[in-house]
Amino acid sequence: MAEALASYDSKIEGNIIFTRLDAAINWMRLNSLWPMPMGLACCAIELMAAGAARYDIARFGAEVMRFSPRQSDVMIVAGTVTYKMALAVKRIWDQMPEPKWCIAMGACASSGGMYRSYAVLQGIDQLLPVDVYISGCPPRPEALLEGLMKLQRKIAGEDSLYEQKRVLIESFS
Amino acid sequence: MSLAESITSLEGKFPILAKREFRGETTLVITREQIVDICRFCRDSLGFDYLLDITSIDNFGEEPRFELVYELSSIATNEHLRLKFTVSEDEPSAPTVSAIWPTANWHEREIYDMMGLTFTGHPDLRRILMWEGYPYFPLRKDFPLAGKPSEVPEVAITKAAPLEGGPFVTLPSTATTKDREPRARRFEE
Repeated sequence: MAEALASYDSKIEGNIIFTRLDAAINWMRLNSLWPMPMGLACCAIELMAAGAARYDIARFGAEVMRFSPRQSDVMIVAGTVTYKMALAVKRIWDQMPEPKWCIAMGACASSGGMYRSYAVLQGIDQLLPVDVYISGCPPRPEALLEGLMKLQRKIAGEDSLYEQKRVLIESFS
Repeated sequence: MSLAESITSLEGKFPILAKREFRGETTLVITREQIVDICRFCRDSLGFDYLLDITSIDNFGEEPRFELVYELSSIATNEHLRLKFTVSEDEPSAPTVSAIWPTANWHEREIYDMMGLTFTGHPDLRRILMWEGYPYFPLRKDFPLAGKPSEVPEVAITKAAPLEGGPFVTLPSTATTKDREPRARRFEE
């Protein structure tokens, strides 16, 4: 990933790297995604498995499960979102600082899953914007890692500086 | 005291409307007014020291509409006794037995939450699964599986779920599993 974004020749350039600021910021962001583990049902067990030694989500820089929304970058909604829990999830999402992303892990978080019922929100995307949907009931840890890598690819292509610092940049000109 | 002796002594002390036996399980049909006295007698004199469960049944379309079922058990002798009585829709309430078995507190809260039956004398009759302010009782037969829209500001919102041809239910019949299995069926409103 690093080769694609930045060019670096230690003989010529010493301690200097030439790259676009967008690419550098995105590179830092996508390799240190701190998840907010919103574990609501059995998907949370697979989320824990993805964090443990065999699947080791640390290989992708996302092992730092933060139980404080203020320190989180990506909310992994892992499990069935009941209506009773829905606004609590939304509240935690609102407390996360920008830039932030959301992964809907599993059938329930994506669409309500098998719970076509009076008690279950039919997909977390009705309340907050979802970047990656992961199928499965529950998804295996490999699927979660694939979803995380998809999100990393998405972040790598984002126009981070201009889009997110628009007000600041326009104040210079 | 064996179960047969317990039932004989119950029948001598209280008017029992009906006694049913099915696969070794005994059910006594009683009246609503006597539930507290019978339960107290069962606990103090017959050794039924554990209340396994209280459940409610909605016989929608029949009168009386509701039925309450009490599952009593004795830890010492491992005997079970089932008590049943009906509750009409006009007066959907029953006396609480939470003073006899504290576990009845949450069982009765669940019945209140899901079926809408109230329990007179209950110390803390709040909803237990749904949130305060939810306007419906979801386990009643006239409540659709998909749910109904509701909103309690800052607490919870609900919408009707898309059933896509459902609900997916098993038909009660003696047909083969292939014919009975859950599939999309429209039920008549």
